[in-house]
Amino acid sequence: MTALFSAHQLAKRFGDRLVLQDVSFDVEEGQVHGIMGPNGAGKTTCFNVLTGRYQPDGGTVMLRGNDITGGSPRAIARHGIARSFQLMNLFDDFTALENVAVATRSLRAHGFGFWRDAMSAGDAYERADAILLRVGLQDKASLRAGSLSYGDRRALEIAVALAGEPVLLFLDEPTAGLGAEGIARVADLVTELKRHLTMVIIEHDMRFLFRLADRISVVHWGQVIARGTPAELRENVWVQRSNLRQLTC
Amino acid sequence: MKKHADNHLLTRPGTWIGLVVLATAPLWIKSVGLYPYLALEIMIWMMFALGYNLLLGQAGLPSFGHGAFLGIGAYAFGLLQLKFGAGLWLALFGAAATASLAGALVAAFISHRRGIYYALLTIAFGQVFWFISIKWHSVTGGEDGLLNIARPAANFGLFELSLKSNNALYYFTFALLVLVVIFLWRLSYSPFGRILQAVKQNETRAAFVGHNVWLYKFLAFVISTAVAGLAGALFAMAQQSAYPNVMSLHNSGFVVMMVLIGGGLVSFWGPLIGAAFFILARDLLGAYTETWLLWYGLAFMAMVIFKPEGIAGMWQSWRTRGNPSGTTA
Repeated sequence: MTALFSAHQLAKRFGDRLVLQDVSFDVEEGQVHGIMGPNGAGKTTCFNVLTGRYQPDGGTVMLRGNDITGGSPRAIARHGIARSFQLMNLFDDFTALENVAVATRSLRAHGFGFWRDAMSAGDAYERADAILLRVGLQDKASLRAGSLSYGDRRALEIAVALAGEPVLLFLDEPTAGLGAEGIARVADLVTELKRHLTMVIIEHDMRFLFRLADRISVVHWGQVIARGTPAELRENVWVQRSNLRQLTC
Repeated sequence: MKKHADNHLLTRPGTWIGLVVLATAPLWIKSVGLYPYLALEIMIWMMFALGYNLLLGQAGLPSFGHGAFLGIGAYAFGLLQLKFGAGLWLALFGAAATASLAGALVAAFISHRRGIYYALLTIAFGQVFWFISIKWHSVTGGEDGLLNIARPAANFGLFELSLKSNNALYYFTFALLVLVVIFLWRLSYSPFGRILQAVKQNETRAAFVGHNVWLYKFLAFVISTAVAGLAGALFAMAQQSAYPNVMSLHNSGFVVMMVLIGGGLVSFWGPLIGAAFFILARDLLGAYTETWLLWYGLAFMAMVIFKPEGIAGMWQSWRTRGNPSGTTA
């Protein structure tokens, strides 16, 4: 099967410090690809390079055979890649509905309609309503994002990312800071999204990742030290030798 | 469930109150001890502040050199009239277009910046324009400026309206202000306005959902400077002159104070309130003391410290008292 997305020998350096080195992985259509590793391993930097926040110092990034290496966040979003953030990154003064609507392709397409009412700009608000229903926030559509609970803000993060109708969704620690109930809610959401969407997930909660991911890359010291299915990784010698083993069992 | 703010201009009681007050101002202004020219000046500053608030209030872009574009509009109006014999409409259009062209030039340099760097660059560009206005003697008249700018009649095809009296110019400016209000109101509720507000709240996320943040910031600056240019042209008509002081750092600061004290950060109407408050404070306090700006500055500091949402914010707080969700239209 041809990969939908592939990163090949990515490198990133901050000053003298090499934070990513020869990072390569493929994501096939319909897969959930997990990225795991300890704090400071370079996981979020990897996401930032892949989604345009940082320019890579080497390597290539391909989406559906197109080279998107070093593209701006805007260009990469327009190629069909969306992402959520580990630290909440919402439009806090907008309502939940407006947060999603403003991220829709429909509103983007009408962005320079100076005279048109935003609410009648294509189907932005209808789509936003549908996405809020999908992530379980339909009853909170009219509340300011800044006033939502932490768990709801996490769900809204994903909703904003979904608004652009991505072909590939990057989720950066979607369960960070959540309790058991919140984690179960995100797990249910990811399970539902998995039926239609290809995803790459960075996650610290290994039980969450091993349950949902089809393949996992283990990143340590800025390098991929192991990759495979969850079952293969449990047997991997590098994972067994590292302190990650206790997390995967 | 109410999901969106009411965005119909004419359903707001404030719209009608404002219209009645402004439309009747020449009739009662003398009876409260003020004078018609003051009302005209307030109206022009209202337009300038409203256009400026597209940048500061809606896009969150702190331009501290915006007085330059008021001045460019005034000079362009004067030059088009004095050197090229342009009539009213052409000179007004030319003033707005010249200011927006200058705005486009500046915006092209600064739209990739934000925060303090953005603010500092606008001050620098503002000072450059001010310096040019003083030194380019053959065009701008140097420190004397352009004198004897006429108030040409407004030709509407079927009839002509003389603008020589302050009251006539007031109503002409009022009509243009209404058009600017309608345009900026529509703009703020358009997809463009929504995306601009998104850029203000979170520029990073706006880029990551695919918006061309640079272009939105660029266009906001250009539109804002076009409105400043139009206000500058009206200022040149009101003063019948254009001079470097119009584009001084003082005026750039005044418009910021107007927008903030009026509540432009939380309300579309804030700049109008702030402009009226500022000019009235200048005249009323100025009648008692030459140090009026000191007292106004202290009031401004108190406002920023205790109620940064300004006068409009106070009004909104009063309206939403007892409603913890704070959801008002």
